[in-house]
Amino acid sequence: MGLLSDPVRRRALARLVLRLNAPLCLLSYVAGIAWFLALAFPPLTQRTYMSENAMGSTMVEEQFVGGERARVFARDFAAYRRKSGALPVAWLERTMRSVGLEVYTQSFSRKLPFPDETHERYMVSGTNVYGILRALRAASTESLVLTVPCGPDSTNSQAVGLLLALAAHFRGQIYWAKDIIFLVTEHDLLGTEAWLEAYHDVNVTGMQSSFLQGRAGAIQAAVALELSSDVVTSLDVIVEGLNGQLPNLDLLNLFQTFCQKGGLLCTLQGKLQPQDWTSLDGPLQGLQTLLLMVLRQASGRSHGPHGLFLRYGVEALTLRGINSFRQYKYDLVAVGKALEGMFRKLNHLLERLHQSFFFYLLPALSRFVSIGLYMPAAGFLLLVLGLKALELWMQLHEAGVGPEEGGGSPGPSSSLLSAQGVGLASLVAPLLISQAVGLALYILPVLGQHVATQHFPVSESEAVVLTLLAIYAAGLALPHNTHRVVTTQAPDRGWMALKLVALIYLALQLGCITLTNFSLGFLLAATMVPAAVLTKPHGPRPLYAALLVLTSPAAVLLGSLFLWRELQEMPLSLAEGWQLFLSALAQGVLEHHTYGALLFPLLALGLYPCWLLFWNVLFWK
Amino acid sequence: MITDVLTAVALYFAIQDFNKVVFKKQKLLLELDQYAPDVSELIQTPKEMHYIPLKVALFYLLNPYTVLSCVAKSTCAINNTLIAFFILATIKGSAFLSAIFLALATYQSLYPITLFVPGLLYLLQRQYIPVKMKSRAFWIFSWEYAMMYMGSLVVIICLSFFLLSSWDFIPAVYGFMYPESPSHPDLCREEVIPGCPAMTPSSRENKEMFEHFSLFFVCVFQINVFFYTIPLAIKLKEHPIFFMFIQIAIISIFKSYPTVGDVALYMAFFPVWNHLYRFLRNIFVLACIIIVCSLLFPVLWHLWIYAGSANSNFFYAITLTFNVGQILGTCYAPSTLLRMNVIQPILQGVHGLWGERKTGSTGQCDRVSVVPGAQIWCSEGSFLGKVLSKCVGSNWVLDLKPWGRERERMEGGK
Repeated sequence: MGLLSDPVRRRALARLVLRLNAPLCLLSYVAGIAWFLALAFPPLTQRTYMSENAMGSTMVEEQFVGGERARVFARDFAAYRRKSGALPVAWLERTMRSVGLEVYTQSFSRKLPFPDETHERYMVSGTNVYGILRALRAASTESLVLTVPCGPDSTNSQAVGLLLALAAHFRGQIYWAKDIIFLVTEHDLLGTEAWLEAYHDVNVTGMQSSFLQGRAGAIQAAVALELSSDVVTSLDVIVEGLNGQLPNLDLLNLFQTFCQKGGLLCTLQGKLQPQDWTSLDGPLQGLQTLLLMVLRQASGRSHGPHGLFLRYGVEALTLRGINSFRQYKYDLVAVGKALEGMFRKLNHLLERLHQSFFFYLLPALSRFVSIGLYMPAAGFLLLVLGLKALELWMQLHEAGVGPEEGGGSPGPSSSLLSAQGVGLASLVAPLLISQAVGLALYILPVLGQHVATQHFPVSESEAVVLTLLAIYAAGLALPHNTHRVVTTQAPDRGWMALKLVALIYLALQLGCITLTNFSLGFLLAATMVPAAVLTKPHGPRPLYAALLVLTSPAAVLLGSLFLWRELQEMPLSLAEGWQLFLSALAQGVLEHHTYGALLFPLLALGLYPCWLLFWNVLFWK
Repeated sequence: MITDVLTAVALYFAIQDFNKVVFKKQKLLLELDQYAPDVSELIQTPKEMHYIPLKVALFYLLNPYTVLSCVAKSTCAINNTLIAFFILATIKGSAFLSAIFLALATYQSLYPITLFVPGLLYLLQRQYIPVKMKSRAFWIFSWEYAMMYMGSLVVIICLSFFLLSSWDFIPAVYGFMYPESPSHPDLCREEVIPGCPAMTPSSRENKEMFEHFSLFFVCVFQINVFFYTIPLAIKLKEHPIFFMFIQIAIISIFKSYPTVGDVALYMAFFPVWNHLYRFLRNIFVLACIIIVCSLLFPVLWHLWIYAGSANSNFFYAITLTFNVGQILGTCYAPSTLLRMNVIQPILQGVHGLWGERKTGSTGQCDRVSVVPGAQIWCSEGSFLGKVLSKCVGSNWVLDLKPWGRERERMEGGK
């Protein structure tokens, strides 16, 4: 406060900000990126540890031996499934009842906004089957969920088999204090979403589903299982959920504990853990895993059924069995034992999982970076925007108010007032137009798909994607449009004011995004900040234009797809990349409408209009 | 909704009246030829004045905070209405109605009791009663006003007693404001609605740790609301309406369960003093703090309540930041007005000085132009220069620059 109110020091500060602005911005940006890259290295990554007392101290002895039984169940399930062509509901009900569960079914149907070409579905209707194992020692106030999503083909039948075998085994035990729900969903995530909405008695995505007959109290934790073979070489654990939400780190620690105990090989993002953290190799490999996690989290998709549970405050993760060419393989008993151990530990919980971290990044399964350590990276990047905005503000202020300009003339401030008025009036048009384009981008593709299919030889989903791209590109023609609307008298002030508004707008959005989904915020900040700060209507305009286009949200998406495949060691060719990009666009829109993923509206309504403002600044005349 | 509209209407009429008074005063001074020629910037023109009440009403109605508290159906809209009517009654000069509305507002949330002093000051000013300890009229009027106020308050409280036939409502309503009281149901920790970001000085965790100091905490946190009334009353004696504005801002910052609706009420007053804003410092920083915080409120609230991943401390931190922004703003506002007060008499004096100097043998003239950034042109050694540097000191961004011959000499030298 003293610093800000004392005029002398204030002036010194202002001068410092003005004179050192460019180096400070550069320094801040480099510091942000460097900080992020350093996250994979030991002082910043810490070893994970179990924080929850109820799960830490006691050891359990796993007694699951039903491997053979699981295989039989799986074979039967696959056979019935092939025969009926859909989920064999009656068989599942019968089998679940025979192992001693309370069985209920739930039917649901959902018309997607446009046909989903990757999953080949449009009008979806299916049935979820779930059985509740009532706890002997408590009054059905809390429950745990083991869920197996079944897709359209007959994958995942081993997971159903293991689920049934585990249910049979758990039924014989007497120590359960929480109800356990064994859930088999049809149409993988759609079924899970329908079940969750019905369980919590809400309807957020326009799903039609029947009322749930049986409930089992508040769900404390959930594990989703995906297994497609009788033997696995490793278990891949997936934590990233809808909108970048993550489960409590303790759940992951729990999984890791049992993997270590059973000698199971487990991977994160499909990558093995580096063993050696002292040399450079370990952290570099960790960095790859970290980048993969950032990209996945930034996508805001639910990468497994667990992601939908997270929205309801249920800690959940997905385990995916991988069967690769590795020599040593584990059978279903090993996986079953790990699951049994996890459930028994979760059974000990006295309150919801809340002790450990909710915001973290994982360079490896046994290492994590907490929020306090990764936030500075984004902070530095946002500081660049703040510094630039401050500089612009001071320039604007000085240009209008400065004594040099005012001189001895009696009314410099009246001209300032009118200039400000013009400045504000000239801002309204670009702001409104870019927001309107954003709104069109959000609404039109889905709304106008039928019109498009009538007039052009394209399918519905192609129509949606192409309309998206068309509106996106049409937005680039915007500067010329606004220019006709706007007549400015103070050319320099006009673009400066617009850039100031755009910078603040961008900084606000990125700040809010970073808080909820660090990966997305950081990714967008790292790409959009330099172009946003550099843009001005003078100087090498084509260069700036190229930079801006390269860092526009869509280009960032395309770039991240390439980076993602590169990191997975499956490089993409350009044509494949383009195809993947198109399907990612369609998926993004679809996920928003079916699950309520926020990435698409965020880009369409928030960041794209903001980016258009910078585009506008660039072509300011 | 209705109460919001009522508030806006009341504010409209109140400010209209207030402006008439200000304008009359200004006109009087203008007729007396007391302003220097260059201050025309600071004199509000009738046209500007005409729009101010409308601006105030629109500021209130279109303020996102008002909309939020209206959507949340917060009771602070009712409180705002009562305060607005109190201001209207005060400005109209009706001591009785003003006392009644103040009593109603106090009855609802206790804190408006601090508005008693500015109300009294304004009424005194209106009746041309000087605020002097020795003056009998001052004491008589204050006594009358206080009696009216206390009387209506007692009547209202007794009415509620007859309605409920028990005194239980007193601890339930007023005790609620003290976070340590047994009637406090930990509302702020568990289910805070967006319209009501609660700032609890001592939350449950702290409660266990700082049990011994609970009384101290209550005192420290509650005293802030009442603490500034007396010093402000002394300093802003001449500007009771401005005082009222500051006091409302202070209430909204320091009350134990602040809501955004309170913020909306005092933000509505901004246009009244919009001629002062060119003197306000750090507008950029302040505006950014307020905007950032307003956006982070829902984000952090979502993380806390829905996602369950962040806890209440995140939200609490952002309410603190928001309050810091507000406090900085309210600290700058009075100092701005006070600076105006220092300048104004000088400006009024300058006119005479100017005329005198013009006829002087040196041909030097002092020229004062008060523009944003405050340039005061006068010769360094001149009387005005000395006065200004003495009065204003380093608090005022003051550039004493040579003027007239000296300036020509200097420029010629260059």
